Amino acid sequence: MQELNTKIEARGLNFYYGSVQALKNINIHIKERQITALIGPSGCGKSTFLRALNRTNELIPHTRTEGSVMLDGEEIYRPGLDVVGLRQRVGMVFQRPNPFPKSIYENVAFGPKVLGIYSRREIEEKVEKSLKAAALWSEVADRLHTSALNLTLGQQQRLCIARVLAVEPEVILMDEPCSALDPIATLKIEELMQELKKRYTIVIVTHNMQQAARTSDWAGFFLLGELLEYGPTADLFTRPKDKRTENYVTGRYG
Amino acid sequence: MISNRTRYLTQNVAKVLIWTAALLTIGVMMLILFQVLAEGLPVLHPRFFLDSPKNMGREGGILSTIVGTFALTLVAIVFAAPLGVGTAIFLREYTRETRISRIIRFGTDCLAGVPSIIFGLFGFVFFVIFLNMGWSILSGGLTLAAMILPTIISTAEEAIKTIPYTYREVSFSLGGTRWQTVTRTILPSAIPGIFTGIILSVGRSIGETAAVILTAGSSLVMPTSLFSPIRTMSVHFYILAREGISMEMAYGTGAALILLVLIVNTAANWLLNRYIRHRV
Repeated sequence: MQELNTKIEARGLNFYYGSVQALKNINIHIKERQITALIGPSGCGKSTFLRALNRTNELIPHTRTEGSVMLDGEEIYRPGLDVVGLRQRVGMVFQRPNPFPKSIYENVAFGPKVLGIYSRREIEEKVEKSLKAAALWSEVADRLHTSALNLTLGQQQRLCIARVLAVEPEVILMDEPCSALDPIATLKIEELMQELKKRYTIVIVTHNMQQAARTSDWAGFFLLGELLEYGPTADLFTRPKDKRTENYVTGRYG
Repeated sequence: MISNRTRYLTQNVAKVLIWTAALLTIGVMMLILFQVLAEGLPVLHPRFFLDSPKNMGREGGILSTIVGTFALTLVAIVFAAPLGVGTAIFLREYTRETRISRIIRFGTDCLAGVPSIIFGLFGFVFFVIFLNMGWSILSGGLTLAAMILPTIISTAEEAIKTIPYTYREVSFSLGGTRWQTVTRTILPSAIPGIFTGIILSVGRSIGETAAVILTAGSSLVMPTSLFSPIRTMSVHFYILAREGISMEMAYGTGAALILLVLIVNTAANWLLNRYIRHRV
């Protein structure tokens, strides 16, 4: 097996909401063009960790981050880093589909426009390319200029993925992207993830054990703010080293 | 335990009281409208709108006061809307709850409760005398701007507050700057609410008398610049009635004022609905 590149590396990452420590000394190597699943019970810090990777945690008042996160070997917490540029490189798909109350076209065009692309043709190309990559194009091609809010939840979530793809990120963070979707829409997203993995590094937080097992290459188990165990998904699910991981993945805990 | 009989009785009493309240309110409103329109409408010939007042307003029309009303309101909105919306954006998007934001909010709340005559006095002392603007459209407009600023700030703040947090989150996560987030996601969604606040303020500006009489004067001459003194319709109404010049013309002005407010509100609603429809 060929050596995989590390895309993101966290070292000694601590995070605090006020005086509550939500992340405790997280160390992890996230591999390039792989799907990494973060699992664990609610409130264990996995979503917080996800948000530490594009620095959206710091939008919340009274929070504090310590430690280091490297993206391609570059410290993202160094003073003076271009946070706006970082967030373009590290895109995010949220738990609930959250399209803007604009047309389908305008939703996908939002990113390219804020990044300063003004050529109409170029934006149209990006919109089409992103919608195709998100496996949504065939369903919406004839109604690009109707409201995104008329789509089904599953379509809305794929639209949100297309919206992220349009800014050409390198990493896509997904925070329980299927928790609001029915099984068929979930399956579509999972298929899409396999497709996207060829070009992007994906980190997904999920409560769904089967989803983690089905889709991911690497898995990390969070408990009470700590990363208890991290390794290839197959190992974590079939030969967990920690008793608590075993209890969780077999459904006896959590 | 309450018996069913008591429950139904209470229910019926409550129904009667609530209907009475609603009907009384509507009744009083209709009465005022009916009285002013009944007395005023007969005066409203086209000439009434197209001629300027003659002989202190006993004869002629009210054209110069209509122009005065529009000019004053326009100046007030042009100054107050950007300032107010800007302050609201600052308070909600550019600062967290700090001492400064609390002071600004406390200040606007206090200003909102100050009677308009106090604004008039301030405008008289500050704009008219100290800044030497004299009785003028500018002095009056700036005074009105100060008066409506709190309304615009608080309605705009409320409108911005209702925008879901996720819009901001998404915009930031797509690489949007704070300014882009404000102009591309927050304002488009908040505009209906902001607009409503501005329309409320237009209504107050059109109807304001006390603050205007002290700062814009009561000249019946057609204004030629921002530094001309003017008389607004409501001031005209007040002077005609109070000095016993002509109750007939006073009612005519009153009726015209009511129609004007009606037209402005209808037009504003139409615009707003159009905007909402066209946003998909």
